[in-house]
Amino acid sequence: MLKDITLGQFFPGKSFIHRLDPRTKLLFLVVYIVVLFTADNWISYGVVFAFLLLSIAISRIPLKAIVRGMKPLLFILIFTGILNLFFTDGEHVLVKWWIITITQEGVVRAIFMVSRILMLITGTFLLTYTTSPIALTDGLESLLGPLKKIKLPVHELSMMMCIALRFIPTLIEETDKIMSAQKARGADFESGNLFQRVKALIPILVPLFISAFRRADELATAMECRCYHGDDGRTKMKLLRYKLGDFKAFGAAIVLLAAVITLSVYGL
Amino acid sequence: MAPVLEVKDLHYVYSAGTPFEHKALEGVSFAVEPGEFIGIIGHTGSGKSTLMQHMNGLLRPTQGQVLLDGQDIWADKKLTRQARFRVGLVFQYPEYQLFEETVYKDISFGPKNMKLDEKEVDRRVREAAGFVGLTEEQLQASPFELSGGQKRRVAIAGVIAMEPEVLILDEPTAGLDPEGREEILAKIDGYRKAKNATIMMVSHSMSDVARLTQRLLVMSGSHLVMDGTPREVFARAEELLAMGLDIPDITRLFMRLKEMGLPVEPVYTVEQAVSQLKALKGGADRA
Repeated sequence: MLKDITLGQFFPGKSFIHRLDPRTKLLFLVVYIVVLFTADNWISYGVVFAFLLLSIAISRIPLKAIVRGMKPLLFILIFTGILNLFFTDGEHVLVKWWIITITQEGVVRAIFMVSRILMLITGTFLLTYTTSPIALTDGLESLLGPLKKIKLPVHELSMMMCIALRFIPTLIEETDKIMSAQKARGADFESGNLFQRVKALIPILVPLFISAFRRADELATAMECRCYHGDDGRTKMKLLRYKLGDFKAFGAAIVLLAAVITLSVYGL
Repeated sequence: MAPVLEVKDLHYVYSAGTPFEHKALEGVSFAVEPGEFIGIIGHTGSGKSTLMQHMNGLLRPTQGQVLLDGQDIWADKKLTRQARFRVGLVFQYPEYQLFEETVYKDISFGPKNMKLDEKEVDRRVREAAGFVGLTEEQLQASPFELSGGQKRRVAIAGVIAMEPEVLILDEPTAGLDPEGREEILAKIDGYRKAKNATIMMVSHSMSDVARLTQRLLVMSGSHLVMDGTPREVFARAEELLAMGLDIPDITRLFMRLKEMGLPVEPVYTVEQAVSQLKALKGGADRA
């Protein structure tokens, strides 16, 4: 059912990673992505992979949850794999049949690319699984803070993101409800040609949009009733402050970056 | 009389095989007959909504059967689809499912899905609109221009227009003012009488179910714990209160009177209370 979609859902917990400052985790993710794209041989990949496994172990996020979140991305993974497998030129041809040529370089490259994407997604999941959406937007707002100087509405953007994230489960639930109600009136979403199926969505989309607008209206009123007027003079209950753990994490990030760059430049 | 709808040993498990596994129904069995007005009461999360969605095949039982005229609605696809039309389901706050440009078109959505011819659709829409008291003018209006109570009526008419033999409603009066509540309840009962249909109504208002229904089903912790006339069910007031359910105010009052030593029997409607009090007064006059 619709409920089973995980969009990087938050997994509450008290691990070292959960307790890190969201800014630390965001910056760490940036470093991690740079590292991932710098790594270009098996050993550096191994280092990144080992690091990733260690992080997952520390976060105590069940591996199952991560694998489940991967499912919607399966198509992209397979597509990348196949593309690289068939369209990489190389000297060592393994299979040649009709217009298909598979080279040894192709196989290696396919494995490289797929594992790179896998590690990229897992790393991002680790961020969203261990950080509540509110902490995440808070962190983002704080990191992008300097951009306020050039009149970028950072606070408004992060508030919008926060609200959007907050309402994803609500809207999914709402969709579920409306679908059941229309099915009870004999709506049929499972048969017919493409045109009929698209048309069958109207009885869901119209009520869904109306309720989304209604909710937006209600939320705006509720926020105004509590004197929300944007960023000006707004104080925070939970101030973000770097603690000892955050410096440890930064240290780990620097070590990881240095290790992978060294391995890539000098090899072993 | 032969039951129109029968539920046999129904079990339902949400998210089976995951850490979020949750048993919503366990071994629920009952049968309903044409013309019955049945109230379903139970605490939030007791399985009422899950049970409702089984009756017209929106949910497939993990174990057990739902029989319509003695046939398992999951036996083949046609029967499942038929169950959708023969058992009408009105969800909570049904006005949020309206989507058409006019009230008329919205009410005709169900009958059109039944693939009826135009004339029959027209007849049903007008009849359903008549049942819930919508005027010709309102039929041509946009559903979004109507008031909350009117929207609710349109939504109920949308299900009634399919002329279901069993009409199930989840809190049809939630969020309406007292006048609106009375009206809706009267219309629903009118439909039952006109078509000899079975009505099953989920409600949190004990006074409403005590007054209107001939039979009560009480759900608690995924089980059907009581099935009987309002008199039988409300006679077990202590058990109901222990389940976190309410009893009609008048029953509560009479329980107190009895505690205080007055020779009264438990009642559950105001009419019964009046006749008891009259009898009591008559007795006192004679004494």
